[in-house]
Amino acid sequence: MPMAAQPISRGRRRALATGAGLAASLVVRPAAAAEDLAAAVAAFTAGAQTRAGKVTFDVPALVENGNAVPVTVTVDSPMTANDRVAMVAIFNEKNPERGVAQFAFGPRAGRASVSTHIRLAASQKLAAVARMSDGTHWAAYVDVVVTLAACVDGDPV
Amino acid sequence: MARALIKVPPSARRGEVIEIRALIAHPMETGYRLDATGRPLPRDILRRFSCRYNGELVVGAELHPAVAANPYFAFSAIATESGTLTFTWEGDNGFAQTETVLLAVT
Repeated sequence: MPMAAQPISRGRRRALATGAGLAASLVVRPAAAAEDLAAAVAAFTAGAQTRAGKVTFDVPALVENGNAVPVTVTVDSPMTANDRVAMVAIFNEKNPERGVAQFAFGPRAGRASVSTHIRLAASQKLAAVARMSDGTHWAAYVDVVVTLAACVDGDPV
Repeated sequence: MARALIKVPPSARRGEVIEIRALIAHPMETGYRLDATGRPLPRDILRRFSCRYNGELVVGAELHPAVAANPYFAFSAIATESGTLTFTWEGDNGFAQTETVLLAVT
């Protein structure tokens, strides 16, 4: 991808240099993580149940570098004026914050699909939740294995 | 001004779905990392991104520290008429940047 061929910023280089040291001190949080993820999804849906289906969440099953993980969320929707995707949100289980990113699809959006690059601090479960224009919520979950974690975990050493 | 890379086809047919890719140089410092002396590095991330087509929203995003450095987004828009695509990024420490790209629709 030609867009990635830009010079690495100094901050990024520093991040990479300190990454190895911090990854070694990374502490995986206790089992409450799964409930946290469910709570984050419930907060997005305002308590409404999510249904399985419609959402396709593309994440590499084995991630070699947790600092930039390509993810794509695609929702099965005709994207007409009355039947469209309003929002898509991505949540994680074990990063310091449950939220990753939230996307709103405006009237000029084409397909109901968005791609970005995210950080993963540990092997964990990710959720992609879509809110449709009719108010229903659809979710897809994936489990990813991360071999080099992103240094986002701030647990005191 | 941070370096921004935006890929939009220069022209499109009316009704065509066009692919848009946008990347901006930004460290997305999470606020959870420590520096060499053990002090936390202050958070410096982009909070919002949006793409508008002649003023109407294509995609808006709210970002958290888990978005990778040099935030990259790929999405699509429906080409309806010739006009301007406006990309804006807003973040911590008063970060604000706007880029515009012209799109010719035939």
